[in-house]
Amino acid sequence: MQGLEFSVVFENMNILLHGMFWTVVLCSSASLLSIVVAVVLAMTGISKLKPLRSATFFFLWVFRGTPLLLQLFLFYFGLPQIGLYLSPIITGIIGLTLHFGVYNADVLRAGILGVETGQHEASRSLGLSYFQTMRKVIIPQALRNVSPAVGNNLIALLKESSLVSIITVPELTLSAQRAISETFRPFEFYFAAGALYYVVNWGLEFILQRVEARTALTR
Amino acid sequence: MISLKDIWKSFGDNQVLKGISLEVERGKILVIIGPSGSGKSTLLRSINHLETIDRGEIWVDGVQVNAPLKGRKFEKHINRVRQEMGMVFQHFNLFPHMTVMENITMAPMLLKKIPREKADAQARGLLEKVDLADKMNCYPVQLSGGQKQRVAIARALAMEPKVMLFDEVTSALDPELIGEVNKVMKRLASEHMTMLIVTHEMRFAAEVADHVIFMADGVIIEEGPPEEIFSNPAHERTRRFLFEVFKS
Repeated sequence: MQGLEFSVVFENMNILLHGMFWTVVLCSSASLLSIVVAVVLAMTGISKLKPLRSATFFFLWVFRGTPLLLQLFLFYFGLPQIGLYLSPIITGIIGLTLHFGVYNADVLRAGILGVETGQHEASRSLGLSYFQTMRKVIIPQALRNVSPAVGNNLIALLKESSLVSIITVPELTLSAQRAISETFRPFEFYFAAGALYYVVNWGLEFILQRVEARTALTR
Repeated sequence: MISLKDIWKSFGDNQVLKGISLEVERGKILVIIGPSGSGKSTLLRSINHLETIDRGEIWVDGVQVNAPLKGRKFEKHINRVRQEMGMVFQHFNLFPHMTVMENITMAPMLLKKIPREKADAQARGLLEKVDLADKMNCYPVQLSGGQKQRVAIARALAMEPKVMLFDEVTSALDPELIGEVNKVMKRLASEHMTMLIVTHEMRFAAEVADHVIFMADGVIIEEGPPEEIFSNPAHERTRRFLFEVFKS
């Protein structure tokens, strides 16, 4: 029996912090982009044009019905076959963005439909077009109404982001594995990586709470 | 200013407007009264194309609102036409995520490209007019019903409309708050705004109206100057309605 020796973690802290940095980059970009994707998909999902609506539902159905890991493999190993080479980090961002964009789109679509028709009418009666009404009046309210649900999805995104270690994105989980392969100390490094995920999560929840508090007054 | 010619509208099998025609002259105030379900709100809403009519013509300031255009062309047309008409709703429909100030300045800044400072100055003037200068940084949720409705009036006025449409704007208010909204509307009347008002407030109607229309079951039963309609109605249906209203 080897026993536990946490000092080795502190000696290799820079490897973990480097990984944590990439996790933060990966997750913050994927989070923001997933909301953009959600807005687009929610809008096309309630469009008057049937083909657009059907295409959206097909897209949602595919991405919701298949595992994230498989999607990442497809992007990373499959796309080069058709001549599309993406770096691991870009692949990771795209994969997480689409996967969670789809979840956020579903939530947001319900949020849009939940905004009173009176809001549409007031906005249109001032002379705003459909898209101006969506942009200025409906989507901001819908996002506020669904911010707790979207927040949950973003927390899930942060945790699921460890999957992209498999396509060699140098994020926190992969960094921990690299440190382990040098030091043969799995318990210490997985434990430390877990603690760092918790720290990032904490930061995210802090931001989410701030957002909710700020919008509480305006709902 | 407003001219409706033979307006027909149904919701499914329910024929709610059966050939309504009316005129509102520039600077005049037309009040429409009538029992619930008489079609008066639907009529008002169709002037703004919030309801699509089945037949007839709607003209506002020489422009046909329900112009025979299709698709995107009609959208453009109606957005332009709506900028000339202010509408105030029973349930205020203020934008809850914007401050009072933003509620008022949003449309002028977005649609007329008015710079912020100018829009803000205009909004401050309008808020003074509706006695709410001290509330400009509040959110709607912080206001009473009467205050919300006055902000909604200011919001509509910010587009400098040629006509104002009021759809039962005091019906959702507590009785003690009705007066402050009516006062603002009277102030508008004294400035010769062209107004079309649907209301249940008979006393207010009698005070401000130049012309009163009594509607029931989708038709105009009777119309005339307020003195005539309220003190000496010609039709049995009008008399019955006024009796019921004043009884309570």
